[in-house]
Parts: sequence; C-alpha cells; structure tokens
Amino acid sequence: MKLERRPAMATLLAGRGNDLLLVPGLGSTTWDAMAAGDSDRNFYLWGAMGGATMIGLGLALAQPNRRVAVITGDGEMLMGLGSLATIGIQRPSNLAVIVFDNGVYGETGMQPSHTQSGVDLVGVAKACGIETCLDVRDADALADLARRLNGLNDTLFARVLIAADEPPRVLPLRDGVALKDRFRAAIGIKP
Amino acid sequence: MSGQTGDWPDRLFEMLKRGGIRQVGYVPDAGHARLIDRCRADSEIHDVVLTTEEEGVALAAGAWLGGERAALLMQSSGLGNCINMLSLARTCRFPLLMFITMRGEWEEFNPWQVPMGSIVDPVLKLCEAQVYRVSTPDDIAGTTERAVQHVFGGEHIAAVILSQQLVGRKVWTK
Repeated sequence: MKLERRPAMATLLAGRGNDLLLVPGLGSTTWDAMAAGDSDRNFYLWGAMGGATMIGLGLALAQPNRRVAVITGDGEMLMGLGSLATIGIQRPSNLAVIVFDNGVYGETGMQPSHTQSGVDLVGVAKACGIETCLDVRDADALADLARRLNGLNDTLFARVLIAADEPPRVLPLRDGVALKDRFRAAIGIKP
Repeated sequence: MSGQTGDWPDRLFEMLKRGGIRQVGYVPDAGHARLIDRCRADSEIHDVVLTTEEEGVALAAGAWLGGERAALLMQSSGLGNCINMLSLARTCRFPLLMFITMRGEWEEFNPWQVPMGSIVDPVLKLCEAQVYRVSTPDDIAGTTERAVQHVFGGEHIAAVILSQQLVGRKVWTK
C-alpha cells in the first residue's frame, strides 16, 4: 500500500515551526503544499522545472540558521538531476531534498517517468555524496523522515514512494513577484 | 589557456566584493579561471560549482529569497543552457547578475563555438536582460559597478559580456 501524497505532505509539515522554509516543485507538490496550509514561508513554483533543488541550495546557503526543505516530484527532480551532484559537493547541513515519487508525470497525463522503469533516485543521491539518503515506503518511515526534518542537522535526501493518484488541485497564489516579496518579508528581509 | 588575461579578473573580483556578492555559481571555464580561483579562496563567498549553467539561475533566485546577492559566471555557450530557467528571474523579478566570457566571435579556432556565440546578444535582449560589454581591462570596474547597481537596486537581469578581445583567444597548440 503506497503512501498518499496529501497526508504525506501534511505529516512532513505538521508543526513545521517558523524556521522551516519550503520550496515545493512545480505541479503536484505545489498543490500538496498549498493543501497542507498556505504559508508565507512557502515559495511555490509554477514553472522553472528542474530548478527546485537549486533554489533550495541558494536559500540554504543564505539562511544557515533556518531549515530548508525542497519537496518536489520525480519528474521535476529528473530534469535537474545534476543539481544532486552540485548539492553533494556543498552539503549544507540545513537542506533536505524530498522527492514524492509516483513514477508518473501527473500534470501532463500520467505518462511513466524514468523511476517507474527502475531509475533509483536514492542511489543517485548516495552516489553524489549525500550521506543521509532515505527510501521512504511506509508510514513508519515517513514518521521517521518527519522527525529527521524537524531536527535537521545534515544534508538529507529522501525519496517518498507515493501512489499515482490526482487529488483535486488546490492552487496557491501564482504571482511570482508577490510570492517572492511575501517570502522575504516573512523572514525579515528588508525590501 | 588564454593569450592575454591581464589583471581584469582581479578588478572584477574586487567589484564583486564591494557589491556584496556572497554566492558565486560557475561552470569551470578558462576565461573565468582566475576569477573562479579568487572566489574559491574567499571565505565570505560560497563558490558553487555547477553541472550546468541553468542551475546557477535557480541558485541566484534562492540566494535572493534568503537575502543574499549572487553572481553567475559562464561562457557564451552556457547562456543557451539557461533560457527556460531565466523565466524564473523574469516572472518573479529575481535579480540576476551574469558574467559571460565570449567564444566564437574573434579569432575563434573552433567553429562549434560560433552558433551560440553569435546569438548571445539577441538572446539576452529577448530575455529582458540589460547587456553590458567590456573589451578593455580599464572598463571592467566601472561597468561591473553599474551592473551591480542595476541588478540589485531594481531586481533586474543583467549580463556583462567579456569580449574575446579581453579574455584572449584559446591557444590550441603548445
């Protein structure tokens, strides 16, 4: 029984605290993050496919005293696979990259992604030098990931195996300037 | 690798420091070699080696979300790798400061560098970037200062093009 994406997101973000900054990847993970409850500390993506993890890296380097979680899909991660190599060199202790892997491109009609044919994202992350790499396949492992995210103290990669379903879309703000400005204001950055 | 480098990379580095740049993304490049070395040696700058230049566009956006200024170093061919990711900077008005060493425009031995090198200017303009060009070392400091002000003063995109005359031609036989 695979995990369901909406409860999985809710579990990871439960009691998230003001120091958790979230970058959800475009498409389903952005809808999931919005469904879990809007926050000024979410920088939702409606585009920039392949860029979520690198946005997370720049943010994590700039904000070493806050935790940064990138939660994205397998298709988005595959488009920016090289960024795992880049992060494997930087290894900021406050960055978690979490991939909701359903094996399909949900936004474009559920076509199979590479992971469905055996491409192993956990193996890639490990090979890139990220020490803590988790393969999350059940509720216990998800709870463990949530605990690790709360006490994040080392670069973390996790692949969360989720069911390929399409819950109703919950759409956040899509004005990029407004999303950026409210995010920066929320963490105390002067305009 | 380069014929004439001079001290322009040091002058450029000083202006990056003065401009408060804290993250520098780059793909290794002969023309930027000395500047990259200076960034790597500086404890206040996060030097981030990238697998492809588009990663740097996203890195710079993340840096600005977190209140830091970033710069992105690339060769002209790298601009082509950035085009879709530049949507991020354009849609959200993220400041983006690029330094582009030119290939394919002057004394170029390798014809494979010409197609991308020849369209750098129009591509940048289509992507709403302010374009500056530096061909002599004496212009590097002033131009960089103006670009920094333009980019971070108003959340704009700008590229400082470092011409092949400035960077020097690549030497193919030793």
